[in-house]
Amino acid sequence: MSTVDLDQVNKVYPNGFHAVKDLNLNVGDGELMVLVGPSGCGKTTALRMVAGLEDITSGSVRIGGKVVNEVSPKGRDIAMVFQNYALYPHMTVAENIGYALKLRKMPKVELTAKVRETADILGLTEWLNRKPGQLSGGQRQRVAMGRAIVREPSVFLMDEPLSNLDAKLRVQMRAEVSRIQRRIGVATIYVTHDQTEAMTMGDRVAVMRAGVLQQIDDPQVLYDRPDNLFVAAFIGSPAMNLYEAVVGEGAGSVQLGSQRVDLPDSVVLAHPGLASYAGKTVVIGMRPEHLPTVVPGGRGATLGADVDLVEALGSELVVHFTIDAKRVLAEGAHSADAEAATISGEGVARIDPRTPVKAGDRITFAIDTAGLQFFDPVSGAAIWS
Amino acid sequence: MRNRKRTGWHRVINGVSISTFFVALFIGLPLYWIIASSFKTPVSLGTSPPQYFPNPVSTTNYQQAFSQYNFGVYFRNSLIVTLIATAIVLAVGTLAGYGLGRLPMRGKFSLMVTLLMISVFPEIALIAPLYLLLRNLGWLNSFQGLIIPYAAFNLPFAIWILRNYFLSIPKEMEETGRIDGASPLRTVWEIILPQALPGLFTAAIFCFTACWTEFLMALTFNSANNYRTIPVGIAEFGTVFTVPYGTIFAASVVAVVPIGILVFIFRKFVISGLTSGAVKG
Repeated sequence: MSTVDLDQVNKVYPNGFHAVKDLNLNVGDGELMVLVGPSGCGKTTALRMVAGLEDITSGSVRIGGKVVNEVSPKGRDIAMVFQNYALYPHMTVAENIGYALKLRKMPKVELTAKVRETADILGLTEWLNRKPGQLSGGQRQRVAMGRAIVREPSVFLMDEPLSNLDAKLRVQMRAEVSRIQRRIGVATIYVTHDQTEAMTMGDRVAVMRAGVLQQIDDPQVLYDRPDNLFVAAFIGSPAMNLYEAVVGEGAGSVQLGSQRVDLPDSVVLAHPGLASYAGKTVVIGMRPEHLPTVVPGGRGATLGADVDLVEALGSELVVHFTIDAKRVLAEGAHSADAEAATISGEGVARIDPRTPVKAGDRITFAIDTAGLQFFDPVSGAAIWS
Repeated sequence: MRNRKRTGWHRVINGVSISTFFVALFIGLPLYWIIASSFKTPVSLGTSPPQYFPNPVSTTNYQQAFSQYNFGVYFRNSLIVTLIATAIVLAVGTLAGYGLGRLPMRGKFSLMVTLLMISVFPEIALIAPLYLLLRNLGWLNSFQGLIIPYAAFNLPFAIWILRNYFLSIPKEMEETGRIDGASPLRTVWEIILPQALPGLFTAAIFCFTACWTEFLMALTFNSANNYRTIPVGIAEFGTVFTVPYGTIFAASVVAVVPIGILVFIFRKFVISGLTSGAVKG
């Protein structure tokens, strides 16, 4: 049972690349902390520094209150699951799981019992004498988990452990990994680039970008109150719609392209800082689910849009639309392909599945103003007070 | 394009299998001729038209090779020189290949290119200086006089093969080993080497074959009867007056057998060793 604390940790590679900048992170006992961000954001480097596989340029890493900067990986009492599992292909499942115990010179009887117990937890008992090459992807993943938990480490590190699995299996293993983690109750750092994984698994989620920690919070807070444009754009699928808008007098309205959207007083009350942006440009953010279709006789803020494409998912309709406002992309939050394919003014809404709407229609959304977010266009910081 | 299903004899006889047949014939016939002739009597060796099957079957040639021509000694010498040279190449090559493939180090690329250049250097250009060197060391007509040059000549290629093989093993293997608590040597011995076995076999077989069949250095450095290896020994079977073809054939068969057995046993490993790195496993 242990905690992990990173204090002002920096990593600068010999070629001058500053991979992790002043990272502060505290993982509580039994907590599952997810590090999420686009590739190259430094999340894996941070994890590897905790594991001791990467030197720390400055700052300190503490495990269970003890500074471990100079401690070898072996001495840190950690277990790590790698993206490619790194199972020893020439050893059986049982030997793979028991290897670390064998190195600790655990008596054979005890070792066999431990391996059996672990295999039971993971449903691997009948595969114990197989080699990894004879297992399916999901089974290999479980062996990797088994190899980590059999040692009863005080910290669990996972580096994108599910990214080699197909989509369906990933959803299943996601739940399984969470269950196992709760069962053994060990402080865990889980690295992923998949925001869905981060949201569903993390007790808390730390969002990183270009080596800098952006925000660290409960998944719901991250979703509802992102600190900046990057977090807003990165968390949520489909992503938040972000447009440039000019704030009207007293923040009673915003000008979105050619449309004027009236804002109720509740918006200014929730975002008092918005008043000082009167006459200036801000970035307005609307989650896809905050754009329901307008009901007849309904009042409040509305937004007219041209429907480009309708995707029926059964539980909802995903409507791709275009308005004449300028769309904003948070740098690095989207894949390069998505950025390249973006059409100006494009947006996404999730609406009731029984709405009669088709491509080419003109549609009017009722904006759920309680869910609106505002960001400074230069700094990207969220505008609240 | 016609897309008809191959049926009947088309399935068996087509361009590919016909060419395979001829290639096999091209390689197999001489081998067959050596084996068949080694069982013929001196009289039936020279008949015209030639005998396609030995009749009568005789083992005299084999007996003669060992009793009259000292072939047993040559075989022993070849075995000693080849096995020790191969062992040295594997031991040094593994460490060098691991270092060059895995450890952070400056000038890796130039080192690898230098090795490649050395490995294509013509042997004959080095014979004279090597001879003088060995003579000064007093190593002419000794086992080490062949073992050391053989090891040196075969190392570059072995290092290349092994390094490429080590490169194909994911680096997470070592990292897992470190976290599991294995020392660096133990990691190499228990985790990396077992996975590099195909590469080791490939390097071993290439080295073994090269040493086993080497002629020029063996002839130059070890001319005394007690230190001759098989290739030199066989070449010296003939005298000015007679060439004992049957005995030469018999000796050649015995010389080829170990290589044949080795390659046959490890053929799968050799193929995967040569193609490693081409596709991600």
